Amino acid sequence: MTALATHYDPTRENDSFSPLRFLWTVIRRDMLLAARRRGDWLTSQFFFVMVVSMFPLGIGPEPEVLRMVGPGVVWVAALLASLLSLPRLFAEDYRDGSLEQMLLSPEPTVLVTLGKALAHWCIYGIPLLLITPLLGVQFSLPAEAIGVLVISLLIGTPILSLLGSIGAALTLGLRGGGVLLTLLILPLYVPALIFGAGAVDGALSGIGYSAHLSLLAAFLVLTLMVAPWVAASALKVSIE
Amino acid sequence: MPETPAKLTVHDLACARGERTLFTGLDFELNVGQLLLVRGGNGRGKTSLLRLLCGLSSPLDGEVRWRGDPIRRTRDVYHREMTYVGHVNGVKDDLTPLENLRMAAAIADRPLDEAHALETLKRMGLERCLDLPARVLSFGQRRRVALSGLVVAGALLWILDEPLTGLDVHGVALVETLLCQHVAQGGMVVMTTHQPLALDGVDIVPLMVGELSAAPGGQ
Amino acid sequence: MSIAWFKYSSPATFYGLAGKLVPWFGWSAGILTLIGLYIAFFLAPTDFQQGEAYRVIFIHVPAAWMSMFIYMVMAFWSAIGLAWNTRLSFMMSRALAPTGALFAFLSLWTGAFWGKPMWGAWWVWDARLTSALILFFLYVGIMALWAAIDDRRRGDKAGALLILVGAINVPIIYFSVKWWNTLHQGASISMTKAPSMASLMLWGMLVMAIAAWFYSIAVALYRVRGIILERERQTEWVKKLLEARS
Repeated sequence: MTALATHYDPTRENDSFSPLRFLWTVIRRDMLLAARRRGDWLTSQFFFVMVVSMFPLGIGPEPEVLRMVGPGVVWVAALLASLLSLPRLFAEDYRDGSLEQMLLSPEPTVLVTLGKALAHWCIYGIPLLLITPLLGVQFSLPAEAIGVLVISLLIGTPILSLLGSIGAALTLGLRGGGVLLTLLILPLYVPALIFGAGAVDGALSGIGYSAHLSLLAAFLVLTLMVAPWVAASALKVSIE
Repeated sequence: MPETPAKLTVHDLACARGERTLFTGLDFELNVGQLLLVRGGNGRGKTSLLRLLCGLSSPLDGEVRWRGDPIRRTRDVYHREMTYVGHVNGVKDDLTPLENLRMAAAIADRPLDEAHALETLKRMGLERCLDLPARVLSFGQRRRVALSGLVVAGALLWILDEPLTGLDVHGVALVETLLCQHVAQGGMVVMTTHQPLALDGVDIVPLMVGELSAAPGGQ
Repeated sequence: MSIAWFKYSSPATFYGLAGKLVPWFGWSAGILTLIGLYIAFFLAPTDFQQGEAYRVIFIHVPAAWMSMFIYMVMAFWSAIGLAWNTRLSFMMSRALAPTGALFAFLSLWTGAFWGKPMWGAWWVWDARLTSALILFFLYVGIMALWAAIDDRRRGDKAGALLILVGAINVPIIYFSVKWWNTLHQGASISMTKAPSMASLMLWGMLVMAIAAWFYSIAVALYRVRGIILERERQTEWVKKLLEARS
């Protein structure tokens, strides 16, 4: 026929790399957009630093006390910082119509939600990991505990992005979406918080931390298997 | 090419928005080389119909078929062969027009011929805006970016929701030319518009939406 | 024998059926509660370790059971609703949520009352209490999501998805809280392993649990009737019904 149908290329049909390529496209897209708009995501990083820095002012400067609460404070601040940045995960694309275009892609929607959650982690989670050692020093944590804290956040923050993507999809376009998102998702974060902060406590008290980290990793694997599908269904429901 | 000929069929379609039933028992068929012009007053369900046809929402009843198969089941084939331009353009504010086309092609999993894309943007009258982020473009210019994407994608079926809004006289003329060419080449179009269109020699299938529920339920 | 299940899955027939069932379950719940409370306060012996204060478990334990069980039932209805898009299942899960939240709240409240004489504190971060608290948060989140979404179809499905995610998460939350609790060696006096519970106590608890069941069924059916009327108000049978009433 005419030039119109040339895009229908049977060789691309059986291309087994196409899901991976599409996933990478989605991640790259969100990272490019974030790079064009640095102010947006830097706010949640500064929020993280500020929340953590407020605690010593409220609790008092005794190193003993700070060491005890440090891991929990850093973890809770990480939860809040993720919740602060999550409402934007789909909202911008929803507003300008590009989210619809992504749902109309021939590739499965689950790759969109997975890709966007992973991009969110790269943008929000990785910088968090880089700042954390400094905050650990503020709370006079020993070097080993700081190492465990960073590793626990390395495993834990993807969980926050993935679970959060469900909440962001469910609350898309609702009034008061940000607060609602917090209400829905915070209870689901509990296991990550317990295993993550617990690992550091284990390192501090000498009980050991490997069991905590293994459980955290198991929770990550489970979340990775379930969350993108739920988020994809939620997205379809919300955009309908 | 798939065996079955390109054809969009709608069978006994019903759509509800909130508590209100917009239309029921809608049937039509669209073949190659035809343009379906959806008409109807505000709030009668034109946009809802278009979103149903895209597969963005699911009907209350009935189904949409592409090449004889329900689009729910052959979603990937269908989405490879259609392009939708909705009320909002799907143009990212932070990207230049060409970057936008590049991104749209990547998301739709289509190869992009950069030279062709550039040429299309120029043809759409965006020559002077090529280095600017879409943020600073006017609404009409962003509409032109979206329509360039439509041309570059080269899909068989175009689904256009009010493509003429925000366009000036030249823009409208351009779109008319595009539509005529596309249909003449054996393409298919489903579109809504409130403006008169000069489409000479195009096989137009008119469709009125929302007539059935003259007294819509609810107040 | 074939029961016309599908007949009762239509809101119109179910409305009538529910209407007949509500008084039965309601009255039985009331009577059973009276019997249960009589056993609890007059027949059941004083516990030699915990004194009189333990009697709050006759409310606490059934409430805690019910709050978890109702969540499971909601998850069941949500899964059915998402799989087959049946209208009634979403209505059922909407009708159940407030009762579930009520029982979760009740179990927290009575847990605090029980905790004061036993642990010397109103609140202890015990594994069970903490899980109940988080379950309560989940209920609140679900109801907040429903309240925020105006579109009925979207609300139904979004709520169902959230309920299902919660259902997967609740066991993990419970496990993680328990693990956290043992590591921190908090005060953990086991609640269920009350030493050699007298059979009369067990009976009292059982009767109260059944009363809670019947109460939940009655209230959920009552509420679902309201939801059916509201959602089907466009249909002929509701219009006829309303005309007949006025």
